[in-house]
Amino acid sequence: MVRSLAGDGAAYAGLLRKLQTHLRAYYLRRLGRAADAEDLLQETLIAMHSRRATYDPSRPFTAWVHAIARYKLIDHFRRTKRRAEDPLDDPDILFGSEEANAAEAHLDVERLLHRLPAKTQKLIRDVRIDGLSTAEAAAKHGLSESAVKVGVHRGLKTLAGQVGDDT
Amino acid sequence: MKTDDLISALSTDLERAPRHAVGFRLSIALAVGIAVSFVAMWLWLGPRPDMMPAMATPMFWMKLVYALSIAAFGFGLADRLARPDGQGGVWRTLLFLPLAFMIVMALYRYVQAPPEQHMAMLLGGSWTVCARNIVLLSLPVFAALFWSLRDLAPTRLTAAGATAGVLAGAVGTFIYAFHCTESAAPFVAIWYTLGMAVMGALGAVLGRFLLRW
Repeated sequence: MVRSLAGDGAAYAGLLRKLQTHLRAYYLRRLGRAADAEDLLQETLIAMHSRRATYDPSRPFTAWVHAIARYKLIDHFRRTKRRAEDPLDDPDILFGSEEANAAEAHLDVERLLHRLPAKTQKLIRDVRIDGLSTAEAAAKHGLSESAVKVGVHRGLKTLAGQVGDDT
Repeated sequence: MKTDDLISALSTDLERAPRHAVGFRLSIALAVGIAVSFVAMWLWLGPRPDMMPAMATPMFWMKLVYALSIAAFGFGLADRLARPDGQGGVWRTLLFLPLAFMIVMALYRYVQAPPEQHMAMLLGGSWTVCARNIVLLSLPVFAALFWSLRDLAPTRLTAAGATAGVLAGAVGTFIYAFHCTESAAPFVAIWYTLGMAVMGALGAVLGRFLLRW
């Protein structure tokens, strides 16, 4: 999205193609009718396009997309006088389960990790993302096990604090 | 139209999106609104005749600071709420600080003053027109802000509308303060605040309908 905002059309097309899969599934599940879902999907893509300047690159992209998708869904219910029966508030619904594609979330995680010192980054990557045990990570970095635990814990706490500040 | 075609159409000739576009749009709207309101104040009401001596009194500046601080925090909040995933966060709290400060000051002045001055402090000489004039002077700013918000992407329309209303009200109050000769803190705390509150309520009601996109 950042490259799209800078005017990179190819990156933008790739992004929209990826999003359309998520959005189609999101609307299909809530509307049931494929034609309605497709209409709403297109409307959402156009809205995202014409209002793309409202995306703030310092905030998670997924949250921005979800907010627009949700707004368009509610708008659709309002126009068709139907009540929304299912919980609309959970951002995980859009990006969480299906298509098993964590690419966007992955991007958010990467950017957050880069805010940490290099050593802490490595520890969190090894233990929390690549799935090494504490002992393995300790051996790899020549640290004691408790130093690894403390490092990971502090790093995550810092990140949690920063994410919290964004709201 | 096929969705794939739509995507191709949207991504060809993609223009660079300006950074800080939200703040820029809102600033343009504010500038236009302020210009119109200020000229309206000048032609319709006229600046206060005792402008020079008044500028030596703290209350003249206090009124401006009161309106300006609410406008500044309102702008910060509007910049957040103009985005789809915008949360009010700390701005919403900040918005009430000037109000709390003004109420404390008004109460202090009120109890300090001898009882026979109380009515004059509350009603001044213009209580019947103060809030109304503020609302009227706020309307150009209000219209400009709504017009710019429609091109942005607020998803909490009532909150965004109310914020735009309070911001417009604060700007209108700022401009009205160049005309108004009242100098009692209780008067300002009641009637200036009422003008801004009316604008906030108007924005909340109209936002739900006018800000849809």
